[in-house]
Amino acid sequence: MLFTVNKSPFLFGHLDSCLQYAIKDTPILLIEDGVYAASKGTSYEKKLKEALGKFEIYALGPDLKARGIASVIDGVKIVDYAGFVDLAEKHNVAPWI
Amino acid sequence: MANPEEIEESSDEIVKKMMFVMRKAPHGTINPYEGLEVMLIVAAYDQDLSAVFLDDGVYAIKKGQDPKEIGVKDFSTTFRVLPGYGIEKIYVEKESLENRGLTVEDLLLEVEVVDKSEVTKLMQEQDVLFPF
Repeated sequence: MLFTVNKSPFLFGHLDSCLQYAIKDTPILLIEDGVYAASKGTSYEKKLKEALGKFEIYALGPDLKARGIASVIDGVKIVDYAGFVDLAEKHNVAPWI
Repeated sequence: MANPEEIEESSDEIVKKMMFVMRKAPHGTINPYEGLEVMLIVAAYDQDLSAVFLDDGVYAIKKGQDPKEIGVKDFSTTFRVLPGYGIEKIYVEKESLENRGLTVEDLLLEVEVVDKSEVTKLMQEQDVLFPF
């Protein structure tokens, strides 16, 4: 199962919730405002780093670029639209909206 | 031509204190864009205007946004025109910046940084709050 999260972790609990339902090694793709969770130095960084020990976490590059996020927390893999498609081909998609 | 009496009448109108409360991140929702548009419209009515960026609203004025690849026009730099439209009181909440690892250096316009208690006080002073 591939989980996608499109909401900011600061205003919404989608990512928190997703992290509770995903089983080990599940890929989680941050898209749209979800990518803010991958930015460095935020109050969410600790939680995301913990999650990186359990899940594969991806962030969509064009969404990072749109929001001016130049670097992400180490371990978060940046994918482009083609990478998004690859992930969606390999896994059933569960949009955590 | 405007009637001189009407001009006099309009100058007697009560000026209200109005504050735009910007709480959402750009691109994922339409709120910051709509907020910006409404600010520019309301600016035509000579009211006492201010804007506060808090929670994810601080991301709306973050430098370096480039939304070409997601098919969205970059409107972030348009926030820079606000002082020119008479919206000179632009506040940013300190806690919101800190929680997001940001400083004023990351922002694309000049702002006054205020803490949460000051934001509360500023909001209490308003006649109208426009939430976005």
